[in-house]
Amino acid sequence: MSDAVDDEGDDADDPAVDDSVADAFADGPAFVPYLAVGDPDYESSLAYVEALERGGADVIELGLPFSEPIAEGPTIQNAVVRALEAGMTPERFFEFVEDLDVDVPLVCMTYYNLIYQFGSEQGPRPFVERAASVGISGFVVPDLPAEEAGPLREACDEFGLHLISIVAPTTDDDRLGTLVDVSSGYLYVQARLGVTGASSSVSDRTGESLARLSGVDLPKAVGFGISSDEQAATVVEAGADGIIVGSALVDIVADGHERGESTESVADRLETKARELKRGALDGYGRRPPAPEGTSD
Amino acid sequence: MSSESERGEPADGEWASAGDGKFGRYGGQYVPEALMPAIQELTDAYERYVLNNEDGFMDEFRRRIRDFGGRPTPLQRADRLSERYDTEVYLKREDLLHGGAHKLNNALGQVLLAKYMGKERIIAETGAGQHGTATAMAAAHLGMPCEVYMGERDINRQRPNVFRMKINGSEVTPVTTGRGTLKEAISETMRDWATNVEDTHYVIGSVVGPHPFPRMVRDFQALISEEARRQVREKAGRLPDSVVACAGGGSNTMGSFHHFVGDADVDLFAVEAGGSSLAVDEEEGVAPNSASLSTGTEGVLHGARTKLLQDHDGQIVESHSVSSGLDYAGVGPELAHLVDEGRVTPVNVDDDAAIEGFHRLSQEEGIIPALETAHAFGYLHEHHDELGDVTVINVSGRGDKDLDTAIEETAKRDVANAPDMSMFEGGLR
Ligand SMILES: Cc1ncc(COP(=O)(O)O)c(C=O)c1O
Repeated sequence: MSDAVDDEGDDADDPAVDDSVADAFADGPAFVPYLAVGDPDYESSLAYVEALERGGADVIELGLPFSEPIAEGPTIQNAVVRALEAGMTPERFFEFVEDLDVDVPLVCMTYYNLIYQFGSEQGPRPFVERAASVGISGFVVPDLPAEEAGPLREACDEFGLHLISIVAPTTDDDRLGTLVDVSSGYLYVQARLGVTGASSSVSDRTGESLARLSGVDLPKAVGFGISSDEQAATVVEAGADGIIVGSALVDIVADGHERGESTESVADRLETKARELKRGALDGYGRRPPAPEGTSD
Repeated sequence: MSSESERGEPADGEWASAGDGKFGRYGGQYVPEALMPAIQELTDAYERYVLNNEDGFMDEFRRRIRDFGGRPTPLQRADRLSERYDTEVYLKREDLLHGGAHKLNNALGQVLLAKYMGKERIIAETGAGQHGTATAMAAAHLGMPCEVYMGERDINRQRPNVFRMKINGSEVTPVTTGRGTLKEAISETMRDWATNVEDTHYVIGSVVGPHPFPRMVRDFQALISEEARRQVREKAGRLPDSVVACAGGGSNTMGSFHHFVGDADVDLFAVEAGGSSLAVDEEEGVAPNSASLSTGTEGVLHGARTKLLQDHDGQIVESHSVSSGLDYAGVGPELAHLVDEGRVTPVNVDDDAAIEGFHRLSQEEGIIPALETAHAFGYLHEHHDELGDVTVINVSGRGDKDLDTAIEETAKRDVANAPDMSMFEGGLR
């Protein structure tokens, strides 16, 4: 976690920093699925998130839909549109988190404008306060680079929440330092350039990125393009502490919605897919060479 | 600031650094991490080539915008409008720039910069198609491959420009998300950029987006006010009382204003699209206007903190204007700042007044303006007695691209000054 958290750590009123995220990465690779909340509707979405936990999720990233998701590919863009059309709002999102019956840590993934506008005063604090009150553990904000993250980092520190930064293949060592300084919880390692979306192969650049990050004292979860157990295994074998899977799961939701499948049957398919991905991650862990210098070629 | 304005150029050292990208509370760099190194690289290139003229970049830009682009554009006294409104009206004729709009100033500047930076591919978004056309022309001129993203709805509204982009060798990619206008096209181009950032430059079409775009685009467009300031002194013997320009993202506005910002006695009017109403329908998530300076609230969109059309939660609402080039929910951060400071006055006229302005300028001065530009003339008509004795109006572009829309929109309403429209049923095709 960032040094900033400890700077004023002697204040008795400081909330304890959420340990659940660190625990999720403590033994073995973490499986971190993503779904857009409210896709295709509130009730189904609750069932889908709960299915992911049954399937072995260690942390769940909950997407709060924003109208301009510039970091998202078509799969998640469409999910966001469905969720917004079904009436998802930031306040509904927080109610959703309260209604959710899961034990794993929950991370809110959204865009900065929604965080900034929430509540009576502008700025990130009211949003973070509300998120903390419903038990959110941290945030991923794709349009908030380290340079602009100060106010959100401050609010996260105040309420004991994590700010998870995305590391891109283009992030150089200079930027990496800045980025690690504002980050806590885990690093979201972007496996390839571009936007979210399932792809058939995992980029070679993942291994490179992981090697560059080996000195950083935060768990590294790799995302962008992972859709199969084999890819999960490859990434973990290359040294990832976790895998993040979004589009491959959102595809199942979209597919079920299009074919008018029942919520239970879509939830079952999500659970099965989650199991497969988690197993892939464990297999990759087993294949790792025993030395800590675990880069593949 | 005044010495800068005097010479129409920054004083040495004054602009040596690209700054931090903030205009008061606005601006910044709110983009995915994957783009940050490219944005840093661009900031560095902007500083070296544009601000410090390294390798003679600015000399080459000025030469090309003169020889290829046709600068300087004239400042024309509009005799009949002057008489009608009993005030001296001067027209800055950006419609005479190559391509038919001010957009080439920026497009040529950025494509040339991309070349200096060693980039291999150009992408751009476009609303009215004028920026896409200008970029396609600049890319053809400088031998760079170019892909332009354009909302589906705008493709239908602006077919001549789509064809112009294509014959200049650019690819035009339709964007089908949302309402299929400029906002969606910008988001889609950012997605392409995030994928191909290592060899691709994104030529943003207005003074919007993450730093350094708002400053850099303004600097390329500032040729307008650099010339206009000199020309109005020659022709009117004095500085104007007011400068008027239409504002979508705000590039022709900032370009027209920049060298006058230091002249406290010159009033600056940014004319936004009032659409059909200034209200926002939160339920529907639409604003029937594009008046983000007049009615928007602070937020973060497409890389910058600025004034936006958004709902209570911060979801961006769909905008509307008869002119696709003004049809955008955001606006440049510097313009938002100048409005907060009281230096720029945001005003707006509705679709009807813009259509009337379109016909009036065509009939009275023989200049068929773009529907974007027509908003500025709608404002002149309604508020000429508040503009002082000498007014400069930026004719941001010509209306050839809009003829089909003009027929359709004129036929829809009762336009007092329109010609008999009955023979145009079925449009131009
Ligand atoms: C002729 C013309 N004027 C104005 C605009 C609005 O853009 P900006 O506000 O950036 O000048 C456009 C945009 O396409 C345009 O084509």
